[in-house]
Amino acid sequence: MVSLLILAAAAATVVILLLVVRLWAVIRPLHVVSRESLTPLIVAGSGGHTTEILRLVGSLSGAYSPRHYVIADSDEMSAKKIESFEHARTKRDSPPEHCLHRIPRSREVRQSWLSSVFTTLHSMWFSFPLVYHLKPDLVLCNGPGTCVPICVSALLLGILGIKKVIIVYVESICRVETLSLSGKILFHLSDYFIVQWPALKEKYPKSVYLGRIV
Amino acid sequence: MKSAFVTVGTTSFDELVACVVANDSLQILKSLGYNRLVLQIGRGTVVPESFSSDSFTLDVYRYKDSLKEDLQQADLVISHAGAGSCLESLEKGKPLVVVVNEKLMNNHQFELAKQLHKEGHLFYCTCSTLPGLLQSMDLSTLKCYPPGQPEKFSAFLDKVVGLQK
Repeated sequence: MVSLLILAAAAATVVILLLVVRLWAVIRPLHVVSRESLTPLIVAGSGGHTTEILRLVGSLSGAYSPRHYVIADSDEMSAKKIESFEHARTKRDSPPEHCLHRIPRSREVRQSWLSSVFTTLHSMWFSFPLVYHLKPDLVLCNGPGTCVPICVSALLLGILGIKKVIIVYVESICRVETLSLSGKILFHLSDYFIVQWPALKEKYPKSVYLGRIV
Repeated sequence: MKSAFVTVGTTSFDELVACVVANDSLQILKSLGYNRLVLQIGRGTVVPESFSSDSFTLDVYRYKDSLKEDLQQADLVISHAGAGSCLESLEKGKPLVVVVNEKLMNNHQFELAKQLHKEGHLFYCTCSTLPGLLQSMDLSTLKCYPPGQPEKFSAFLDKVVGLQK
């Protein structure tokens, strides 16, 4: 009985160590691979988050295609904005180059911290299969709660040796002096963490500062 | 016809809606020459009645697919501190008063309003100080807002993902 427990503890330790090693391998600085095109997964969130992310996506060339968007299932406003953005972008008679996916919302505005943990785990149940199925080259997000389970799923894909997904996080223009909750979580897990104000660049020297980009 | 446009974006901001339609605020707006007030109330539970008289019109609605038209026609925008609402108003060159919602988590929206005010692009206040600000503000002191540069983002991203030739 005791030896079984020791064996189980040893196995658990090995698994955890392996995961830590894999995580370190996945999040260390990237070696840039040259390519002609890539598939982004874009996380849109409520209100301004979607407006900001669409401005960023609007600046990207046609090489970023097909564009997959993921939104919270209760977010019809974002769905409309994305459809209208993509419609304006698609040339007449060309096949649509985008796809919209929905997952349960991970956190409502003003939701308590504790219940947010459970709802985020619930979202992971849906976001991991989605990310596994799409295997995007890049995840682009800017802070809504929805992005945490998506980014964690993308990281898992790397940890499990399935695919290395580049995670790019752009902190909202609203964040001048402090990071959002998603930002604090994803600062260490993203490949590129972009801030839009000098005060944040000073506080987080490893972040990327390009000025105001939305 | 001088009109003011109040927007709360996709949020609910009952305190602002109630404050703006309160008698003292309406009197101040009228005294400043505004004869039309358009209220976009989002998810709010306070729903004032639209009305139209000889001297003043109040229009109330929850959402529109695009606020472009209402922004275009406005001579003054009173907005919650959401980035989308602020940027859209500033990019249209509209005088902007941002009302900060003190109930939001960490009140992060306040950071943006404060920064843009520091740069001279808008005025900000809370619901309780809005009437006072409306009376005392000088809109001619507001500076033009230079738009953001998303092309810097695309240049950076192209480089780091290996697309740049």
